[in-house]
Amino acid sequence: MSTAVTQKRSFGAVLWDYLTTVDHKKIAHLYLFGGGLFFILGGLEALVIRIQLMQPQNDFVSAGLYNEMLTMHGTTMIFLAAMPLILGLMNAAVPLQIGARDVAFPFLNSLGFWLFMFGGLILNCSWFLGGAPDAGWTAYAPLSTTSPGHGVDFYVIGLQIAGAGTLIGGINFLVTIINMRAPGMTYMRMPLFTWSSFITSVLILFAFPALTIGLFLLMFDRMFGSAFFDVSLGGNEIIWEHLFWIFGHPEVYILILPLFGVFSDLFSTFAKKRLFGYTAMVFATMLIAFLGFMVWAHHMFTVGLGPVANSIFAIATMAIAVPTGIKIFNWLATMWGGQIKINSAMLWALGFIPTFTIGGMTGVMVASVVADYQYHDTYFVVAHFHYVIVGGTIFGIFAGLHYWWPKMFGRILNEKLGYLTFWTFFIGFHLTFFIQHFLGLMGMPRRYWVYLEGSGLDTGNLISSIGAFFMAFGVIVFFYNIVYTAVKGEKAVDDPWDGRTLEWATASPPEHYNFKQVPLVRGLDPLWVEKTEGKGTMTPAEPLGDIHMPNGSFLPFLMSLGLFIAGFGFIYHMDYNWAYILLFGGMAMLLGCMLTRSLKDDLGHHIPKEELEREAD
Amino acid sequence: MKGWMGKSRIFFLLSLLALLLAGCGKENLSALKPEGYGAETSMDLIILTAVIMLFVFAVVLLVYTIVLVRFRKKKGDKEFVPKQVEGNKTLETIWTIIPIVLLLIIAVPTVIATFDLADKSQAEEHLNVEVTGNQYWWHFNYEGKKIQTSQDLYIPVGEKVYLNMKSSDVIHSFWVPSISGKMDVNPTNVNTMFIKANEEGVYYGKCAELCGPSHSLMDFKVIAVSQEEFDQWVNDMQNVDPKAKPGSTVAQEGKTLFQENNCMGCHAIGSSPAQVAPNLTNFGDRTKIAGVLEPTKENLVKWIMDPESIKEGNKMTGKYPDVSKEEAGKIAEYLMQLQPSDITPEDAKENNK
Repeated sequence: MSTAVTQKRSFGAVLWDYLTTVDHKKIAHLYLFGGGLFFILGGLEALVIRIQLMQPQNDFVSAGLYNEMLTMHGTTMIFLAAMPLILGLMNAAVPLQIGARDVAFPFLNSLGFWLFMFGGLILNCSWFLGGAPDAGWTAYAPLSTTSPGHGVDFYVIGLQIAGAGTLIGGINFLVTIINMRAPGMTYMRMPLFTWSSFITSVLILFAFPALTIGLFLLMFDRMFGSAFFDVSLGGNEIIWEHLFWIFGHPEVYILILPLFGVFSDLFSTFAKKRLFGYTAMVFATMLIAFLGFMVWAHHMFTVGLGPVANSIFAIATMAIAVPTGIKIFNWLATMWGGQIKINSAMLWALGFIPTFTIGGMTGVMVASVVADYQYHDTYFVVAHFHYVIVGGTIFGIFAGLHYWWPKMFGRILNEKLGYLTFWTFFIGFHLTFFIQHFLGLMGMPRRYWVYLEGSGLDTGNLISSIGAFFMAFGVIVFFYNIVYTAVKGEKAVDDPWDGRTLEWATASPPEHYNFKQVPLVRGLDPLWVEKTEGKGTMTPAEPLGDIHMPNGSFLPFLMSLGLFIAGFGFIYHMDYNWAYILLFGGMAMLLGCMLTRSLKDDLGHHIPKEELEREAD
Repeated sequence: MKGWMGKSRIFFLLSLLALLLAGCGKENLSALKPEGYGAETSMDLIILTAVIMLFVFAVVLLVYTIVLVRFRKKKGDKEFVPKQVEGNKTLETIWTIIPIVLLLIIAVPTVIATFDLADKSQAEEHLNVEVTGNQYWWHFNYEGKKIQTSQDLYIPVGEKVYLNMKSSDVIHSFWVPSISGKMDVNPTNVNTMFIKANEEGVYYGKCAELCGPSHSLMDFKVIAVSQEEFDQWVNDMQNVDPKAKPGSTVAQEGKTLFQENNCMGCHAIGSSPAQVAPNLTNFGDRTKIAGVLEPTKENLVKWIMDPESIKEGNKMTGKYPDVSKEEAGKIAEYLMQLQPSDITPEDAKENNK
């Protein structure tokens, strides 16, 4: 979709196009839009938290509302901002990087997005319907099972729907990367971003079912009178903690590994060098993913699992530092001896190294069980996970956006505004979170609505709050940059960064079929291989012929809407009988759409060879 | 390059300055000023891991700086194609092996300390206290001594005290940063930990697991006094006569109101297995009212008349008929004179450095 075409079409036509699209590039736009929207919401919630903690015993918000804020900040940022933004980048780049025309299941791709979007909407509807969830993003039972009102019900239903979308997305990318690689693109020739997306998809496949089960149990406890987590009826609330963290810890790697891939591609591109120790990088990623499943109980060192369990999980956790260290040093070695070009995208990648290293260091520190008895559930841990999630994931998303923006939208984001965003956000970030390590050790538990006067925590909290406003300013500049670039931005050429991988071998933005002829891959960094050893462009692997593409469909939107409606039915069926109409109506809508999809053949369409030849002229 | 280093140095200095301003936190609250066995063990590991990690950070930062200074494309540099290096087995082996060694240095003392703090073999020889976490207050039952208190936990200094902890509602976490790390207080099972204070003092305790709106107001104190003072406190607490007549007439009227308004339905004065609400036997000696307010009569009146405005979601609101300010004042007068022991938090403070 080029800009010229957009201007000619009416708003309604564009909207309908996006509602029915199955094109991975447009779905990427949708994910970025949805993720960006929730990122702003989560950011506003963070600002409310920081304003409340600006001074001791502040009463900017009430205690109950504060708990809603901290719950929604965490839930929104993890599930509704970071995850979709990552899936957005994956959609934008992975099919192009492997030389595919689309993902394996375009229909499911669209369904995954709409499930996420409607799940996020249902969760946020809670603000207007009697209060948001207030049991923390971890929703520990029995606080979550006994929380009054419908807040936690919205959490359960919203995450269940959004989680189904993520699971679908993960499976889709697995199949895509296994089956749709261009000729010659062997596994060990895949760009690191594709590799890490692949491994992330494996993590999603195995981690999300644990969350799904946990949420179902919680749903049964809250809505259907079961007692999985109710001690007085023979349940056990610790089971929730296990289920949550069996999902929750791999989730941390789902959040970070794709961005490791982004950084690998960036360091290699902007240092003009092949990635140092490619094989080691691939296996380090696998090892991190594998170990990521065996460390969940380090979130539970204080639960009372006993010294044997605590020791085993501590050592497993420390082991993860080894592959992570390998990665850091390999990135440094990639840049060593190169010619490093610094621009906005690369700035984020360079800012990531020291920031993430601090996060990794505190990660080893919290793995030391007895030391963790002090860190656990304090601002030290808050600082630690913001150093890895913001310093890794968010920095990586910004880096990836600056890097792929020209490929996605055909325009280069403004560099000056990019620098301003980076420096304000980077300085603001360290101001906000560095001091929190010390606040935690000085006796400030996390999720505290107030700290008492004379606790020695005033200065640190004030500095932290000031930093948060710097970060907010940086984000505002970034959004301004998007608008500015859309209006006045510099037009991008097909390969603005002297790229090495396949996405730079096609147009910016690409035609909806990506490659007129699927390229032949002759080595790692295929475009670079052609630039240095070939004629500078990719050799086609097939003669020009008809291209088979999938048709758009409105069904994914309708299916998700059905679940959305049924979600309200589930939440309110305990209070009102009319809710059963929503419940059964919504489910009927979902099943009806599924039946339509199953019975009606949709074989897609062909772009005839002649048309492609005409375009070439 | 200059801009990069310059700016990062500024915020680093700012953070350091802030640290100096704040010191290492408040005495008797900060984990950085350990005054007990558990906190010292934790502190040793914190320092060990921090030093090793700072060494790693220094190495990374050194290489990082060299890379940026030497290999950055500067203005006027001619573009060239760098040598495409696949990898280096020796280097990659080095930065795999060294971290493993460093981690072993951390892992061994970690495991030793974990088993040390989990050791319950001597529990029977020491004082055992049953701790119950409630929204949003703490109940302490001295096992075998027929003493129940809440909010203020008196312990003998220099002695291990075993805490057998359980929750009556949601998960809480028992944390006295300057004496010991935290342990969760679960509804499902009894968790046992021991605390040992090295110095006399009044130590600040916090709930560290989100437990509802007033989670941040669930403060308590651990009061470490000498063994003799502790023995005397035990003796005094065991000989409380709950039926004793208060000295003043106002307090006496307060006592009557306390009984008429059904306060006794939940609160106990004197030894009692009841633990629906805080035991008020030594209320007059408490360091705080409701965990967070200064122990003045005005504050107590405020609390009795409208607890919801002080602790959102507390379980006292609405459990008793409305009382007038005058009545609340009388009840307060009665409660404030419940001082059965000569041993008070003051005794711990006097000897504190």
